[in-house]
Amino acid sequence: MKNWFQSKSFRALLSSLLSILIGLLIGALLILLIGLTDQEIGLKGAWDGIRLVFLGVFSNGRNEAGLLTFGFNPVSMGNMFFRAMPLILTGLSVALAFKTGLFNIGAPGQYLAGTCATLFIALSIPTETVAPWLVWILAFLGGLLAGALWGSIPGLLKALLNINEVIACIMTNWIAANVVTWLFDISNLKNIAEGTKSGYIYKTTYNNVATPKLGLDKLFAGSQINGGILIAILLAIGAYIIINKTTFGYELKACGANRHAARYAGIQDRRNIVLSMTIAGAMAGAAGSLYYLSGNTEFFWSTYQSLPAVGFNGIAVALLAMNNPIGVIFSGCFMSLLNISGQQLTYLTAFNEYITDVIIAVIVYLSAFSLIIQLWLGNRGKKSVPRTEKAKAADADASTPVVPGKEE
Amino acid sequence: MSFLIRQTLIYAVPLMIVALAGIFAERSGIINLALEGIMIFGAFIGVAFVRILQGVMVPSPADPENMIGLFDLAYQSKNWLSLQGYMLLTMLISAALGSIFSLLLAFAAINLRADQTIGGTALNMLAPALVLFFVRLIAKQNTLQLLSGDSAKWFMIKKTTLGFDKKADIGFLGETFLNKVYLSTYICILIFVILSIILYRTRFGLRLRACGENPQAAASLGIDVVKMRYAGVMISGALSGMGGFVYALTTANCSANGDVAGFGFLALAVMIFGNWKPLNVAGGALLFGLFKCIAAAYSTLDINGDGIYALANIGVSAHLYRLLPYLITLIVLALTSKNSRAPKAEGIPYDKGSR
Repeated sequence: MKNWFQSKSFRALLSSLLSILIGLLIGALLILLIGLTDQEIGLKGAWDGIRLVFLGVFSNGRNEAGLLTFGFNPVSMGNMFFRAMPLILTGLSVALAFKTGLFNIGAPGQYLAGTCATLFIALSIPTETVAPWLVWILAFLGGLLAGALWGSIPGLLKALLNINEVIACIMTNWIAANVVTWLFDISNLKNIAEGTKSGYIYKTTYNNVATPKLGLDKLFAGSQINGGILIAILLAIGAYIIINKTTFGYELKACGANRHAARYAGIQDRRNIVLSMTIAGAMAGAAGSLYYLSGNTEFFWSTYQSLPAVGFNGIAVALLAMNNPIGVIFSGCFMSLLNISGQQLTYLTAFNEYITDVIIAVIVYLSAFSLIIQLWLGNRGKKSVPRTEKAKAADADASTPVVPGKEE
Repeated sequence: MSFLIRQTLIYAVPLMIVALAGIFAERSGIINLALEGIMIFGAFIGVAFVRILQGVMVPSPADPENMIGLFDLAYQSKNWLSLQGYMLLTMLISAALGSIFSLLLAFAAINLRADQTIGGTALNMLAPALVLFFVRLIAKQNTLQLLSGDSAKWFMIKKTTLGFDKKADIGFLGETFLNKVYLSTYICILIFVILSIILYRTRFGLRLRACGENPQAAASLGIDVVKMRYAGVMISGALSGMGGFVYALTTANCSANGDVAGFGFLALAVMIFGNWKPLNVAGGALLFGLFKCIAAAYSTLDINGDGIYALANIGVSAHLYRLLPYLITLIVLALTSKNSRAPKAEGIPYDKGSR
């Protein structure tokens, strides 16, 4: 048990928790500073804000006296899991690419590609002739494939022409945003049935296609939750098994650790780079697919000027989880928990949801040097350890390539 | 034609200056993925500063009893020089704060030897979040606008500003380069030229570039690599902060909404496309500026002045024009990837011990 406290994964967990704590504290500090400088908000408003940052998901609104009340809130809790679903999947997308040493900043574009294919399939196949569950499956697979295709482009460019995947991903993101807008613009899927809702695509329920709730809506009454979260968790577990228990996963990781050494060992590095990006793309595509197949969310189609934030937040999810697919499940839930807190802040106080984006950014910033934090944690814990063990642990530290991103 | 050149310059200049920002950081060995974030931050700082200046009240010279806004006073007395001066001051402020913001990246990448791509991404997430948080608090909406008027009213140089009559014929060159232009465009071009010369023709520039190629060798010759890299990142931050404000000033009517439409990333692409060399980057920026301009104004673009909107008549969808800059970047990168030569040591944390 003592060894477990010294272990690498424990230190990784500790450093993630530390990053979260520092991020939340910085958010609280910012709110406090504004409370001190702004007379209208004042210290009382700041205190409300700080409590909501930490406990937003348990908020039950204000009572008659105007005070915040806290407790189990099935709507917030269920919505947290609902929004965690796409975050887990985009996080998985980024994490899997990181394992091969690739920085998949293209998740927003892959997410859009998945969304687009899914909506077209789910809304175009008439459910009078084809069973809705079959349409659902086709739409989900279509989203998966579209995302995979979009992810494979930077992968191919990287493998064959050695173009930096970051820049290729950024370009494919914007191309996706424009192509998706174009396709929906000339489609007949724009929601014209409800006059006030210009600029949106029909919900998939318009064609009787929706992810089954599997009874989760009974557990979290009034929330948007559905079976999609279970699919996301299953995919994460599947990714964990592939990465850690199969030869293919080992090859992917070998390419990430040292592409040239992997090739020397007989691993086809180019093929693995393309496959890694393709799988990553499929995950991000699945995120968009499942989010809109829920049937209760509408897609704003004229998206050529902006990229979906959930794609970029996938980077934060992956980094916080140290690229561990199982960790991604928890960090995805945490990110959507912050999201709910932000929403409560906007509803209940003078502050707004962007404070939670600041917190996420701080957490990503800290995870950039998580290795340093882990080393520091390790050194602290080792003070009482005998000398020989200390030397061994130091050796282990030197050979842990935890921070991903760059090859060479 | 005048319109096309003018508009192209307006789009190309922020790209050019921010791509140069990228060059300074990467030539010193630090990948600055945060160009976009720093631009967003700089744009916000600039707009907020102009708002503060606008709010400054001074006694009216005609009637000392009444107070009048600093900008209104200058506008009424046709004191264009001081308005341009305020603009230059704002550019300086944006640059200074952009530089300070970029210290976050420098500290993580140089002192803590963090992953530079992730550090840059963090800044790209932090900037819009912070900006929108404050914009919402200040303006109660998602866009921070000026208290009154827009950039065209206060800062644009027109025929009348220069003392010409509204209907005067000032020739093709005059029409193109002196009417409806911003001083910031020319200042940025000047800065671009000066900094390019510094990078290639001075001792400082040579040392900076050495740190991006082989920092250990540079250190062995007595160059302080840490200091040089800090200089590279801070110059980069200053240029992108200023570029962000210039973008907001010339294309967004002096408003800030936590977004620069991917210009920072496009600048990064222009930098790679230009092979980390200022002259090529300038050419690349002009090309992209042209495409951005066509995408924005193709339907009313009258190239040779005969009243026929040629591009609108082809009947190609607007979506295609919007898509083209990104698609062409990708294709050009694919075609030129063989010749691409990034600074050798970029992205690798400096370690004194490793040789």
